[in-house]
Amino acid sequence: MRIGFVLKEVGIGLRRNVTLTIAVIITVAVSLSLFGASLLVRAQVGQMKDYWYDRVEVSIFLCGEISDAPSCADGEISKAEKDKIREELEGLKPLVETVYYESKTEALKRFKEQFKDSPLADTATVDQMPESFRVKLSDPTKFAVIAAAFVDRNGVEDVRDQRASLERLFKALSGLQNLALVIAVVMLVVTGLLISNTMRVAAFSRRRETSIMRLVGASNWSIRFPFLVEAALAAVLGTLVAVGALAAGKYYLIDQTLASTFTFTTFIDWDALYAIIPALLAAGIGLAVVAAGLTLRKYLKV
Amino acid sequence: MIRFENVTKIYKGAPRPALDDVSVDIDKGEFVFLVGASGSGKSTFLRLALREERPTSGNIWVAGKDLNKMPSWKVPMLRRQIGCVFQDFRLLPNKTVAGNVAFALEVIGRPSSEIKRVIPNVLELVGLEGKEDSYPNEISGGEQQRVAIARAFINRPSVLIADEPTGNLDPETSVGIMKLLDRINRIGTTVVMATHDVAIVDQMRKRVIEIDTGHVVRDQARGVYGAGA
Repeated sequence: MRIGFVLKEVGIGLRRNVTLTIAVIITVAVSLSLFGASLLVRAQVGQMKDYWYDRVEVSIFLCGEISDAPSCADGEISKAEKDKIREELEGLKPLVETVYYESKTEALKRFKEQFKDSPLADTATVDQMPESFRVKLSDPTKFAVIAAAFVDRNGVEDVRDQRASLERLFKALSGLQNLALVIAVVMLVVTGLLISNTMRVAAFSRRRETSIMRLVGASNWSIRFPFLVEAALAAVLGTLVAVGALAAGKYYLIDQTLASTFTFTTFIDWDALYAIIPALLAAGIGLAVVAAGLTLRKYLKV
Repeated sequence: MIRFENVTKIYKGAPRPALDDVSVDIDKGEFVFLVGASGSGKSTFLRLALREERPTSGNIWVAGKDLNKMPSWKVPMLRRQIGCVFQDFRLLPNKTVAGNVAFALEVIGRPSSEIKRVIPNVLELVGLEGKEDSYPNEISGGEQQRVAIARAFINRPSVLIADEPTGNLDPETSVGIMKLLDRINRIGTTVVMATHDVAIVDQMRKRVIEIDTGHVVRDQARGVYGAGA
């Protein structure tokens, strides 16, 4: 099969079915945009996890005068007990990366910062604030080790894992991501059906040519090849549109809007987008070729 | 060249077989008329020889190949050895005369240098010199059939199958087409022609195989259209 001849046939086919080809390009673009977006959300969630898990701490709150937990029955924690806890934490290296002691004064300062617009900030006093050890773990999932060592210990009011509260947020985010993925899969199926239908129309509108090709002994492959090239070409164009849409979304939504508003985390960079382009192209072309191939097997039998 | 051995073909849902226990042997270089009423099984015979259909039972050999044992990927190779001509010409309206003939070579991947070389020869053989750049709607029916014959013959097939090639043509033009098929036959090509044209069959005096409701009722060397004449 000569390349020139195939290209000529592809050109004829594309021109003959121009509206359907455009429909294929658009649905491929929409479904791959969704698919790509869900991949990007996944990358974003991953990055947020990295960013925040790097910063989460385990807080060991110590008993103060006003604590009413059972382990605080003896009142405010003693200096000896505090030193003992610090010593044990240091002993837990390398799981424990750093230990930071937060005094009541520091706690009040932080409290006032967090609630600076609220009347609470004005009424808070140093004595109401708990002392705490802020512990950073090399492996944030090993909270249980710390909990086992310090929960219910005399002088320790509470041991809290910041990760637990983040987990809820990430659960919500991954739910969102799964939803996008489901929509994307549905769209990809729709795209497959549309491509299949388009190929049926294309095969029908060229039945004269294909029947002659069969008669003069053209191979299956050479009869179907121009159709496959046509489908793949439409898919590639659709994928490029999708990449463009994702790039625009990344630029306007993330770089221009979100990044300046939400400073508490980092956002995905352009590399994340480049990284999913091969996956999008593979999905687009693969879908087109499989859908077209299956249809043509049925309609262009030798 | 074409051999049918006890071939039966039953189409799904049909009340009776389209061909019923048909055995026919056509030698290399023969010219054979296939006659019979519409629906007698002539077209089924031709479709089986092209392997467009598979027989329900029986064996078919074409050009030395057992079609029952032929894997489907080899079918295109078989069809390159069989030229086909139809009543409705089956030309591509958006291609010129030369383009239509070239199409048969292009789709089997022949180099364009070869195509350029052989097309003038075959157009001369069928008597279409000077018409290479015309479109099918600019030439007469007889000329269109000549284009179809040129396309069928350009691969130098060993068999030419013609399904009522003169069915759409007036008697005078038909004679010209028959002369052309006769010339192709004399070059050594086996020709099998299904027809209703009494005058042509009677005039040519070639072998006649008559099929009636799926049975071969007559196989006569140098025969005529009507039985017993």
